[in-house]
Amino acid sequence: MKLLRCPINGLRPLQEFLFGGELRDMPDPAVATDRQWADYVFNRQGEPGIRKEWWYHLASGTWFIAERDNAKDVILRTYLYGAGGQDA
Amino acid sequence: MSLRRLPEQPREWIDRGQSLRFDFEGRSYDGFAGDTLTSALAAHGVHVLGRSFKYHRPRGICSLANHDVNALVQNGSNTNVRADVLELAAGASYRAVNTFGGLARDRARLLDRFGAFLPVGFYYKTFHRPRRWFPFFERRMRALAGLGAIRPDAPRRRTPKRYDFCDVLVIGAGPSGLAAATAAADCGAKAVVVDEQRRPGGSLNYQCVAGPGSENDAADLLRQAASRSNVDIRPDTVAAGCYADCFVALVDAKRLTKMRARSIVMATGAFEQPAVFGNNDLPGVILATAAQRLIHLFAVRPFDRCVVLAANSDGYRAALDLAGAGVRVAAIVDLRPDGETGALADEVSRAKIRTCVSHAVYQAIPAAGLRGIRAAVVCPLAADGTPEPQQAFDIACDGIAMSVGWAPADGPFCQAGGRMQWSDALQQFVPRSAPEGIFVAGRLNGIYALDDRILDGRRAGLAAAAFLGLHSAPLPPEVARPAASPNHPYPIVPHPHAKSFVDLDEDVQYKDLVHSVQEGFDQVELAKRYSTFGMGPSQGKLANTNAMRIIARANGKTVAETGVPRSRPFFHPVPLAHLAGRGFHPQRRTPLHERHVQAGAVFMPAGDWLRPAYYAPEGERRAQAIRAEALAVRSAVGLIDIGTLGKLEIIGPDAAAFLERVYTGKFANLPVGAMRYALACDESGVIIDDGTVARLADDRFYVTTTTTASASVYREMQRWAIIWKLNVTIANVTGSFAGVNVAGPLSRRILQTLTDADCSAGAIPYQAVRSATVAGVTARLMRVGFVGELGYEIHVPAYGARRVWDALVDAGRPHGIRPFGVEAQRLLRLEKGHVIVSQDTDGLTNPFEAQLAWAVKSDKPFFVGGRSLEILKRKPLSRKLVGFTLATEDLREREAVQECHLIIAGGHIAGRVTSIGCSAVLGQTIGLAYVRPEMAAVGSPLSIRVDDGRMVPATVARTPFYDPKNERQTLAYCC
Repeated sequence: MKLLRCPINGLRPLQEFLFGGELRDMPDPAVATDRQWADYVFNRQGEPGIRKEWWYHLASGTWFIAERDNAKDVILRTYLYGAGGQDA
Repeated sequence: MSLRRLPEQPREWIDRGQSLRFDFEGRSYDGFAGDTLTSALAAHGVHVLGRSFKYHRPRGICSLANHDVNALVQNGSNTNVRADVLELAAGASYRAVNTFGGLARDRARLLDRFGAFLPVGFYYKTFHRPRRWFPFFERRMRALAGLGAIRPDAPRRRTPKRYDFCDVLVIGAGPSGLAAATAAADCGAKAVVVDEQRRPGGSLNYQCVAGPGSENDAADLLRQAASRSNVDIRPDTVAAGCYADCFVALVDAKRLTKMRARSIVMATGAFEQPAVFGNNDLPGVILATAAQRLIHLFAVRPFDRCVVLAANSDGYRAALDLAGAGVRVAAIVDLRPDGETGALADEVSRAKIRTCVSHAVYQAIPAAGLRGIRAAVVCPLAADGTPEPQQAFDIACDGIAMSVGWAPADGPFCQAGGRMQWSDALQQFVPRSAPEGIFVAGRLNGIYALDDRILDGRRAGLAAAAFLGLHSAPLPPEVARPAASPNHPYPIVPHPHAKSFVDLDEDVQYKDLVHSVQEGFDQVELAKRYSTFGMGPSQGKLANTNAMRIIARANGKTVAETGVPRSRPFFHPVPLAHLAGRGFHPQRRTPLHERHVQAGAVFMPAGDWLRPAYYAPEGERRAQAIRAEALAVRSAVGLIDIGTLGKLEIIGPDAAAFLERVYTGKFANLPVGAMRYALACDESGVIIDDGTVARLADDRFYVTTTTTASASVYREMQRWAIIWKLNVTIANVTGSFAGVNVAGPLSRRILQTLTDADCSAGAIPYQAVRSATVAGVTARLMRVGFVGELGYEIHVPAYGARRVWDALVDAGRPHGIRPFGVEAQRLLRLEKGHVIVSQDTDGLTNPFEAQLAWAVKSDKPFFVGGRSLEILKRKPLSRKLVGFTLATEDLREREAVQECHLIIAGGHIAGRVTSIGCSAVLGQTIGLAYVRPEMAAVGSPLSIRVDDGRMVPATVARTPFYDPKNERQTLAYCC
């Protein structure tokens, strides 16, 4: 079982966490076309690579971001939303 | 005493002071404590230990190390126990599995003659036609397939589970593993060494005659490791599965240990591999190491007269071991063109053992009834390695010991994410890359000489310590792999007629693999599944390497191009008892649980919670109880525990703005002291939850959610609050608040007796929220109408719940108050046409379909799902939720309609029933269903298909069915 580092609670086994999907930017609903909006709602990236993902530590109720190489299943770093520098 | 028992051996595992009697196949034998079933039988010259899976051929010892499953026995309710490693128990009675009428006279032995009619993959091709005969053949084959018998009356056994932690887990207690553990421990690491064998030492326990270093090293290594207080050696423990981040399932006889290591040294060694030739499966054809185990561990002479088939020095050492044990070694048949040179060759010639270099065993000649062998047919090999059977000759013998090479025991390493690559020089797989924190040592690493294995182990132990930051000096250099390979590149001399086996578990022959490739299953993973090689209980430990060589050659490819099947947990089959266990899923009970039990509640699960479905204190029937509860609410007053609802407090300056974004409705304009229905959608506009929002103060809201969605709604709210960067606090008070709903025309009268607060309609109008003290407990009163009557939700801190409940019951007793359960509540709300999210909605339902468009306020700047709903609003509906009544008086037909029954129109599915109930107050069976929009007009006929296929007529009806003007719940007068 994998270990995941919660930015608040440290290294914990994966069963304490819930995957929250990829971190994605919502297009401005006032500006987006129907097609752009549907693409945001329904389509997900499938190709392997480095992804920013939402993870939730169930026991403490902590949302955070994990950067994960899902081709290698390696977690590169984790941080609270907004604490990752730049866009995260 | 047994005929084949040798005098005391220096490192034997048997206790000669303790003699045991046991039964095998109905006959009584004796053995010593410490014997395995196999070794005790071998000491008596019993060679036939089991029958093979498909052909029911007699089988005997092959590896004597649990690497094959020739000898599986049943002992009472324990089935498929491996006799090779099963320690003898006094008085036990064992039977071979997979026989029809006993091992000796197995009636299914005739199957061996029908091999030609059971070709590879036969069950995909034969017995399927004519179709009507297939059930007959299927039953026959099911009776033949499978091993062992399950006793349903077997006593229930609880197996404990344990979590454990260490710095370095060493898998394998052979020379490299022990050296690794000692080295890591000396750097300060807490090391745990596990080994599946009964005693640590690995191959040093049995492969020792004339070996370099020899005996003292074994004892020495063990003493060194055992003397470290931070080394924990656990024999009899299998690393059954290796998972990500050094998480390893350790299985011993008693328990499953979930080991979380910080690093792992894989010192799992290698499996000796068999050769393939005619009748190579018969009892008497064994691995050289099995012969050595018999001699050194159990003091049993394996044969009277034997042939050693060798392709490496280990075979010569085995021959000397055999000779030392009093076996006449008739010949060493060496597959190598040049044979053995050096000290070992000299020693063998001094022992007057004949050597046939560049020869192969072509076939074993069976003894009567295939119960053993009586000779080996040996033939020379041409320069290109092909056999020349015309020059074959027989050597009389009762045993053939094979020493043709090794395959790394890479299962645990590969399970952990390690990758192997083929080494042409070594003719085996060697590690290519290891995951972080995992280190490899010894034979698994392609290192064979004893001194080198110890050095390699030390290096791996230090590397693990360095990985953990416990060792900083430079690591010793990598140990070089040997120049000469101990592995023959193709120890396969198939016989044209006699069966030549590759996989003994599944009776897969050489020709089966060749046919698999010819039939197009030419990739290794495909051939594995088609021919079933490597799919038996031993998972190809002795089969994969040869199978891969055969498949490679049949494809005209190299082994490196062919690859090997992927290794998955478990390394050995694990008894299900170790895997089964208690569930750790939480079950939540409200503070009123005891009250419900006292009132005769029948409980049902609701999410994590237990809720009363209905109350039957005198054993009332379900329907009767539900009907009475519902009538009590309609005519007088009822009481329901709603403490399972999700309860959240949203606090802060942005609280109203936050709720406006989360829910489809408007809350910024909600006055303090009022509450409102709230509907939540996901980003695609699908309904995910509903509840109520009550405003306690400008910056403070009290929100309820459905029971099952409370955790996910809270979680998503947390995330949205982070993303939107709103100044809001979300407190999940689901567990800290209890709640009851007192509903019915008399509810106000009862409530008024328990509180100082003014309960008049003017003071608490419909959809108002007030603070009050009820029965001495601080409470939030909310006037609601879910069940369609005058009613109040009373939310109190959990500790006050029983006081409030008891007070209500006492005060209501003269008025006939009744607790009601979830079922009555479902019926009451159905009479009102109120939707239950997740019962009347599914994973695709939008508010327009569920007739909840009124709850969507699209004139807000933003809410979750709003943009999607805007798109959906422009599209035609594909279905609509409608009320219906059954248009039949036939009671059986009325009772046949259930939730999820389909609405059929023109022979096609046109909808689905989501709710159904028999309303006493209406005298009708009513329900909700999705139908096509064109069928949704009130009065339209519907046809519902029930379980037995009959059609029950129904009519679309207006909702609410009961009190269409909602006068009862909103009423402003007192009654």
